[in-house]
Amino acid sequence: MSEQPIPAKTPLYQEHVQCGGKIVDFAGWLMPVNYGSQIEEHTAVRSDAGMFDVSHMTIIDVWGDQAETFLQRLVANDVARLNLNQALYGALLNDQAGVLDDLIVYRLAQGYRCVVNASTRDKVLAWMQQHSGPEAHFEHKPQVMIAVQGPNAIQRLLQVEAVSGLAELAPFYAMHHGAWLIGRTGYTGEDGVEVMLPEAEGIELWRKLRDAGVAPAGLGARDTLRLEAGLNLYGQDLDEATSPLASNIGWTIAWEPAERDFIGRDALEQQRQTNEQKLTGLIMRDKGILRHGQVVHTNVGEGVITSGTYSPTLEYSIALARVPKKAAGECEVDIRGKRKTATLCKPPFVRNGKVMHS
Amino acid sequence: MSEIPSDLKYAATHEWARLEEDGTVTVGISDHAQDALGDVVYVELPEIDQVITAGDEAGVVESVKAASDVYAPISGTVCAVNEVLEDAPETVNSDAYADGWFFKMQPADVGELEELLDAEAYSEVCEAEEH
Repeated sequence: MSEQPIPAKTPLYQEHVQCGGKIVDFAGWLMPVNYGSQIEEHTAVRSDAGMFDVSHMTIIDVWGDQAETFLQRLVANDVARLNLNQALYGALLNDQAGVLDDLIVYRLAQGYRCVVNASTRDKVLAWMQQHSGPEAHFEHKPQVMIAVQGPNAIQRLLQVEAVSGLAELAPFYAMHHGAWLIGRTGYTGEDGVEVMLPEAEGIELWRKLRDAGVAPAGLGARDTLRLEAGLNLYGQDLDEATSPLASNIGWTIAWEPAERDFIGRDALEQQRQTNEQKLTGLIMRDKGILRHGQVVHTNVGEGVITSGTYSPTLEYSIALARVPKKAAGECEVDIRGKRKTATLCKPPFVRNGKVMHS
Repeated sequence: MSEIPSDLKYAATHEWARLEEDGTVTVGISDHAQDALGDVVYVELPEIDQVITAGDEAGVVESVKAASDVYAPISGTVCAVNEVLEDAPETVNSDAYADGWFFKMQPADVGELEELLDAEAYSEVCEAEEH
């Protein structure tokens, strides 16, 4: 008898198996890590189009007269700034201004839709329960979510589904299409959409996209793409013990209006004076791979790599590292007892198919 | 199901070993291991003349997603390394049992090969890992 909880499957699980997906347990979900070659999937997204099953992520709808007030208290970014159908990226903070999760919030006609991580689902739902009131309701709404990403993503989606207005949809805006919600969002550094839709339609869309030549891409490619794009992964680059100011997401904090009392604000105001760290990029052109946990020796003190990988686009290793604020230029990374030279740089490394540091 | 040639010996840590006609032993990682790692992008090999004891680290193989140690299946002295892997580490994925070899050793005691797993015993190790 196993005491491990049985991992969950998304409605697209059988599609992954049929596409030859190598299945792994990720945060309690059986998900494809790749369908053969992670590098080929990565390249498909950078040069053409790829699709990810992100149905394991947590969709939470928020509504009621106090929905806006509720989210203004919970999210460090300000949802009141959103136009109808616009989305923002932000963080949920605890009282010490540690990051409970990162999320996307859409403002829709009927209320708000939040998309939070899979690994943080129970924690976030409990946190919302603790802070909700009689006029702020929320509900977890499992749906199929497919991220179609790449320079040809929109064109490919239009090949299989006539969505009027999709080509004109602005970045970080969403639109309805029947029972679908389509956001011009993603986490790869490329153009594309994230489509949330009912289960049966989701399976059909996946098959049609596959037949149209959109490459199924697994969690492996998702990780290298987001890292090249300089985007954080919760649990590695963001966590409850670390300030958002030391995680390169200070830009997501809405300080104004000054009277908006979001959770973590007091602690954050203090950190603004005292924070001595930053999350920044590292590139290493020498052979070898930068990895999570490796120690970085900079000109002004030590730091640590939070995420590291081989970059399929650049063909050398890149990383995000938390280092002293004033660190710059060359540094050394301790890789299995050997010191290797790397260079600090501002993320992203790749954006819209273009190399940012050459 | 991964390929497990019956003429090789295996360590439970997924290295294979082959006794060559000149008395040296060639070492690599199994098809199962390369498949589990995914796209190999970097290989760190031992030094020539390095003396290694069975079970010691003799190198590192890194795929996009993870780094994994490579252990010496037997004791001996490193007499050759596969320099092709420096510039073409993906050879480990495409040809794990031939062009994707890691290093050759002059064995301290060729009898140690008999203590390794045969193909059948090794396939059981792989199967157990998949469940």
